[in-house]
Amino acid sequence: MPWLSILMGVSALGALGVAFVKNDKLAKQATLAVSLVVMVLTIVMTVQFSPNGDRFQFAETYDWIPAFGVHYAVAVDGVALVLILLSAILVPIVVLASWHDAEAGKRSVRTYFSLLLVLEAMMIGVFAATDVFLFYVFFEAMLIPMYFMIGSYGGAQRSYAAVKFLLYSLFGGLLMLVAVIALYVIAGKGTFLFPELIGAITDPTTQKWLFLGFFIAFAIKAPLWPFHTWLPDAAAQAPAGAAVLLVGVLDKVGTYGMLRFCLELFPEASKWATPVVIALAVIGIVYGAIVAIGQTDIKRLIAYTSISHFGFIAMGVFAMTQNGAAGSALYMVNHGFATGALFLIAGFLIYRRGSAFISDYGGVQKVAPILAGTFLVAGLSGLSLPGLSPFVSEFMVLLGTYEVYAVPAIIGATGVVLAAIYILWMYQRTMNGPTAESVQGMADLNSRERWVVGPLIALIIVLGFFPKPLLDVINPSVKETIHNVSVTAPASAVAKEGQ
Amino acid sequence: MNAPTIEYLQLAPLLTVFGAAILGVLVEAFAPRYLRRAMHIPITLLSLAGAFALVIVQTVKGVPTKPSAMGAVAVDGPTLFIWGTILVLAFVSLLLLNDEDHFVPAAAAVPGSAEEERALIEGNVHTEVYPLALFAIGGMLLFPASNDLLIMFVALEVMSLPLYLLCGLARRRRLLSQESAMKYFLLGAFSSAFFLYGTALLYGFAGSVDLAKIGTALGTVGGQDALLYTGAALLGVGLLFKIGAAPFQSWKPDVYQGAPTPVTALMASGTLVAAFGALLRVFWIALGNLDWDWSGIMWGVAILTMVAGAILAITQTDIKRMLAYSSIAHAGFLLVGVVAITADPKQNALALSAILFYLAVYGITTIGAFAIVTMVRDAGGEAWHLSRWAGLGKRSPKLAGLFAFFLLAFAGIPLTSGFFGKYAVFQAAVSGGALPLVVVGVVSSAIAAFFYVRVIVLMFFSDPAPDGPSVVLPSWGTASVVGFAALATVVLGVFPQPVLDLAQSAAGSLFVH
Repeated sequence: MPWLSILMGVSALGALGVAFVKNDKLAKQATLAVSLVVMVLTIVMTVQFSPNGDRFQFAETYDWIPAFGVHYAVAVDGVALVLILLSAILVPIVVLASWHDAEAGKRSVRTYFSLLLVLEAMMIGVFAATDVFLFYVFFEAMLIPMYFMIGSYGGAQRSYAAVKFLLYSLFGGLLMLVAVIALYVIAGKGTFLFPELIGAITDPTTQKWLFLGFFIAFAIKAPLWPFHTWLPDAAAQAPAGAAVLLVGVLDKVGTYGMLRFCLELFPEASKWATPVVIALAVIGIVYGAIVAIGQTDIKRLIAYTSISHFGFIAMGVFAMTQNGAAGSALYMVNHGFATGALFLIAGFLIYRRGSAFISDYGGVQKVAPILAGTFLVAGLSGLSLPGLSPFVSEFMVLLGTYEVYAVPAIIGATGVVLAAIYILWMYQRTMNGPTAESVQGMADLNSRERWVVGPLIALIIVLGFFPKPLLDVINPSVKETIHNVSVTAPASAVAKEGQ
Repeated sequence: MNAPTIEYLQLAPLLTVFGAAILGVLVEAFAPRYLRRAMHIPITLLSLAGAFALVIVQTVKGVPTKPSAMGAVAVDGPTLFIWGTILVLAFVSLLLLNDEDHFVPAAAAVPGSAEEERALIEGNVHTEVYPLALFAIGGMLLFPASNDLLIMFVALEVMSLPLYLLCGLARRRRLLSQESAMKYFLLGAFSSAFFLYGTALLYGFAGSVDLAKIGTALGTVGGQDALLYTGAALLGVGLLFKIGAAPFQSWKPDVYQGAPTPVTALMASGTLVAAFGALLRVFWIALGNLDWDWSGIMWGVAILTMVAGAILAITQTDIKRMLAYSSIAHAGFLLVGVVAITADPKQNALALSAILFYLAVYGITTIGAFAIVTMVRDAGGEAWHLSRWAGLGKRSPKLAGLFAFFLLAFAGIPLTSGFFGKYAVFQAAVSGGALPLVVVGVVSSAIAAFFYVRVIVLMFFSDPAPDGPSVVLPSWGTASVVGFAALATVVLGVFPQPVLDLAQSAAGSLFVH
């Protein structure tokens, strides 16, 4: 069955349908229904995936633009599969969480939900694309719905944040476009199919230039320090639901692209760039965490924690070890759920009080215990408490990195300590202490909001104890990637670091 | 003396358009005033449609391999593609032009005078615009098909003179319109002089004005380098002026701003296509063997054009001026394809087909954008100032959405036709070894994206002004123009292959000479 096309088709047609529904309530319900259908279909597809079968499954390949060697080629390996699963699970949750978000905006409710479904189709497409050109098309096109979601429905600074987001990403994307063209021309294969392009570029200098074109685009998207400055603005101004998809899924395209495209298409150049990338990643881990401690705005704080987490993910990818890369892939999923929960609960909090400033809160725990409790769990998962899902992946990343680069791993580990500071301090200031006057009488999570938070918390806990099903899917395809880079944990590097 | 052989069938599209134009003049002379418009509309539209049909017939019958009319006009693959494109663009522009009240009631009256007032009350109209437009379109068809420099010069004048006139006929902002006509005429006359001077010098060098013979003379004639280089440079200036390449771009914003918007649409699409066709023919056929000498300069011109267009557009506050600078930037992107010429015919065909495709898709989107500009009105005509567009997305979401879509196509966002146009040209340039130029191209695209996005921000994310402009209910003509442009931009953004195929087969044989 053409699973991936069905998933995209259902979301896209749903988006079209929702755009024409006149009744706002009906539009919301239809969006929720469509996204739930997509989720169920994705789960059914996931069950049929055989982890030890072919690398790429559910493959569909059709000629799209023969003149450019472009195909409509979609298929998933383990990593892409879990990321699609992440997207498909997050979207209905976000729809439910955004139930009243769009009303605060200036534009129509149905447009917002229609954009959400357009975005879902593109998120599935970008992870499923096995044609480099198709990947690029989704990579760029998905900026547009997110741009309108931030710009039309976001906070006070929304238009500034939306433009900054779009221009940063577009600039990175255009650099990548040059690399995409050059890849096609220099490889001379007359095709953009990813499997055929592996190993097509052999000249080291060419590899380095093309690597840079792709890498900078991904580093802006992820975002990696020092390309991160758009994220706090965009995430803070976006409505909570859009922020979840932005940080939880869209940014993952960057790290996914590094793992899939940078490493496999340009292995030599990736190795050449590793010291710099690892250094940037470590700086990002520490910098993001330290800056997060100093934030006064809850959403900006969460955005900075994500910059720290993306440092971990990039570090694991470029460690190029089985543990590191698999840990990173798992981290992408776990971070999506954990940060998603954090953003959404923060969004509920902000919606109640109308302020995003930490100083406007205090003692929420007494008036809204469920809200505070779930916020704590989500926060603790952010600092990688054992038993919650991010712990497993962060541990794997650190382990995988330590195998080859001990010092960066050790410095990176301090990020965990800093995470404890920013999370617990934020919790203390907002939830503990005497109940602030403005918080008096704040309602606890209502049933809709509990349906939003419940599944996320459950996933965080379950995946904390049983990461195995995901790892079983991720491991074989990461192994393939590592094999294509043909890195066998270089003993010399360990020795060098040890000195 | 033998009578010249003329391949009438090959030239039929040209003859149809010119014939209709002359018929239009006769209508002006003999038909009663109240009947004229009713007669012009079918004559104009049918002749364009007929010419298009003749182009298709010619294409199906097989592309001629020899220049026709004693070697004066080359009806080859690229010409037929360009003709088809121009005829479609012209037809669409004329639907726009057909709308009432774009043109002044009495062009000769002093703006604001009692005379003008009277003409307005009497309901006078200048129905001459139809034959004038047809003459311009005929010139546009002949210009890229000319196989010798003198015919090309005649075509240039036939194309330009009616346009100079049309520019001065805007109903509102009369002074600006007259200024634009004057500027266009003066600068255009200068550039024609350059072109003619260049032609004379090249004739002195090669002993012929035939493009192919000039090309051959490059290899055989020695010791006349001064004539050759000066001639080529002057000719180049004349052609680059018409496409609005920097540093000869300064007329574009003024003219685009002042001209009646439908005429701007016709110029921004049709003239650009025609001028690029002519530029390619001259530089690839006549001066192709000289490419080592001109390609360096052309690199510079391309870079300057892209960067100047993108950067100067940022500071514009007039929507039409902004689109003019955007058109300059796009001319720069197209020039990137022009320098992608090499000794390999396959590579040249690739570059040529990329340029042809780009011209077609850019032209259509441009007309759509200008059509929308005509619909956003203030008390004094079109709401030209960008600040007046604030909040349009809330007042008329469909119109603003379409305009945003056209802007995204200009910016080259995937899933719009503009993306594939840009991609095709850049890909041809990379395989032609012009990678640095492509890097400049994408950087300019990023800068250009800024001002396209700025308009979107204004329309969608700003609050509407209390006395904001109103959106007129479009006539069926304007509505179908916008609809057609939007449809083409979407469809070619998702399935560009059919048009790419056409462009490729048109470019496959390159120019005959």
